Amino acid sequence: MNTVFGVPLPALLGQLLIGLINGSFYALLSLGLAIIFGLLRMINFAHGAQYMLGAFTAYLLLHFAGIGYWPALILTPIIVGVFGAVIERLFLQRLYGLDPLYGLLFTFGLALMLEGIFRYYYGASGQPYATPPSLAGGTNLGFMFLPNYRGWVVVASLLVCIGTWLLIEKTKLGAYLRAATENSTLVQAFGVNVPILLTLTYGLGVALAAFAGVLAAPIYQVSPLMGSNIIIVVFAVVVVGGMGSILGAIVTGYVLGITEGLTKVFYPEASNTVIFVIMAIVLLVRPAGLFGRE
Amino acid sequence: MAEIHTSTVPSDALDDRSVSKAEITARRLALIAGLLLLLVAPFLIYPVFIMKVLCFALFAAAFNLLIGYTGLLSFGHAAFFGGAAYFTAHSVKEWGVPPELGILIGTAGGAALGLIMGFFAIRRQGIYFSMITLSLAQMFFFFCLQAKFTHGEDGIQSVPRGHLFGFIDLNQPIAMYYTVAAIFLIGVFIIWRFVHSPFGMILKSIRENEQRAISLGYSVARYKLGAFVMSAALAGLAGGTKALVFQFATLTDVGWQTSGEVILMTLLGGIGTMLGPILGSAIVVMLGNYLATTGFPVTIITGAVFMICVLVFRRGVVGELAASRIGRKFGLARWL
Repeated sequence: MNTVFGVPLPALLGQLLIGLINGSFYALLSLGLAIIFGLLRMINFAHGAQYMLGAFTAYLLLHFAGIGYWPALILTPIIVGVFGAVIERLFLQRLYGLDPLYGLLFTFGLALMLEGIFRYYYGASGQPYATPPSLAGGTNLGFMFLPNYRGWVVVASLLVCIGTWLLIEKTKLGAYLRAATENSTLVQAFGVNVPILLTLTYGLGVALAAFAGVLAAPIYQVSPLMGSNIIIVVFAVVVVGGMGSILGAIVTGYVLGITEGLTKVFYPEASNTVIFVIMAIVLLVRPAGLFGRE
Repeated sequence: MAEIHTSTVPSDALDDRSVSKAEITARRLALIAGLLLLLVAPFLIYPVFIMKVLCFALFAAAFNLLIGYTGLLSFGHAAFFGGAAYFTAHSVKEWGVPPELGILIGTAGGAALGLIMGFFAIRRQGIYFSMITLSLAQMFFFFCLQAKFTHGEDGIQSVPRGHLFGFIDLNQPIAMYYTVAAIFLIGVFIIWRFVHSPFGMILKSIRENEQRAISLGYSVARYKLGAFVMSAALAGLAGGTKALVFQFATLTDVGWQTSGEVILMTLLGGIGTMLGPILGSAIVVMLGNYLATTGFPVTIITGAVFMICVLVFRRGVVGELAASRIGRKFGLARWL
């Protein structure tokens, strides 16, 4: 059997795949955070809770309406995204112009509440969500065995990340969004409806989190705590990448996910903390983050 | 109050000149009433409950030192509180040190953690600062989860309270209570002195306008780090004391939920006021105790209170009172 630095190759590739999958979720979530931060100048602490909400919405759709994985993958981001847009209209709009810390605190409260509600009804343990039959089983790639669903997660997250990036960089709506990020007053003076743009942006960011939640449902179980477990790591990812660049957020997400996977092979004790250590090092060397500008 | 005028801050930045004799008397009477209340409280209310409030009140007051007087929102204060609880519990139980030394070890440990975390965190401002402190505290949480001396999920159990200064038996609830009350008063006094010192004035100037403070020649980073370490040390004092009161130290105290809780206490009571965090922690601890009996999840209420506070109540109970018509008439803002 082949070995790399004394580690069997299949084990290494297995952890690499797990790292890539974690990285897919980090990338999707930090992308959403970066988009929201770019325009709203606010950190969405509820991002993890909205990811959890995505997973639960898919679960509830299946159990109460019999709607399966594929329709849920489209429906859930829309439902949760609209929920986000309503929150923005009702509450977040009142917080613009205040210290951004208030946005952080408000969304922290929202996250606690959402998590508390689902914990009340479903407890702290996870609910299983079956892998869709069309993606069950796996493929033997010769050098390793790849479960089909996991391969799909990587492909889907890549597609959505690239699609979102194209939407922001290449479309007219994206151009408005980028312009409003630079100078919202001026853009409003040109006749663009900036408040609607803010609502759409928040909804889009939340929808991305919900999409990640549906993708995650068959891999991790659907649990009320899944959001708070991942959001702190995603914050560290965002600090490392710097929130100035959309592409930066995506790349940092994948790279740190893979790094985490590799750490699990070579030094498992540090796998929980490696991203935080990298964050500390980046703060020393480049306080603005790898892709940040300040 | 005279010592403030010897500070380097221009005197027109201080509103103490307008304080009348009557107001000073009123202030003193209020202080004496507060002390009396603290003195008789264990005979009126269940002492363990008040001790819990006092520990969290000191914790919140220490946290407020940072957010209220420096404008830095730390999302990682649980690391200092819970970390100190571990240090105190371990030193008292495994090394057999007397309680006063155990609490000092906890405080020093909190300060050391604060120095390390602050060193990294003050490199960024605003929400980045919050995210960095949260991440570093989470890192410390994982450290506590895996380290041998914390006993992982079990925590450090049955910590002996011991004899304070060798002759006060802290297993007596009343002795423990007055010790906690004394520690609380010392801690709050330190905070009060710190806030009203020239150092504290410079911190406020950094909060109001960091660029200007820099241009006046202050080494802003050093002052921020000083405030961070001070706040961490006092949070450690509170955490170490709590470990002795409840005789255990667990992962709960280092988790991010505890960091959120101390933010809530301060926000609810009033950021940047002396009394606010104390009142806020009393409300939150009471609410927690009440909800524990009903079985309704605390996090739902906590989350709702957070949202309501941010939307309509940003100054907190004490801050809103000071800003109200009655508060302005009596100049409450100056002494709450």
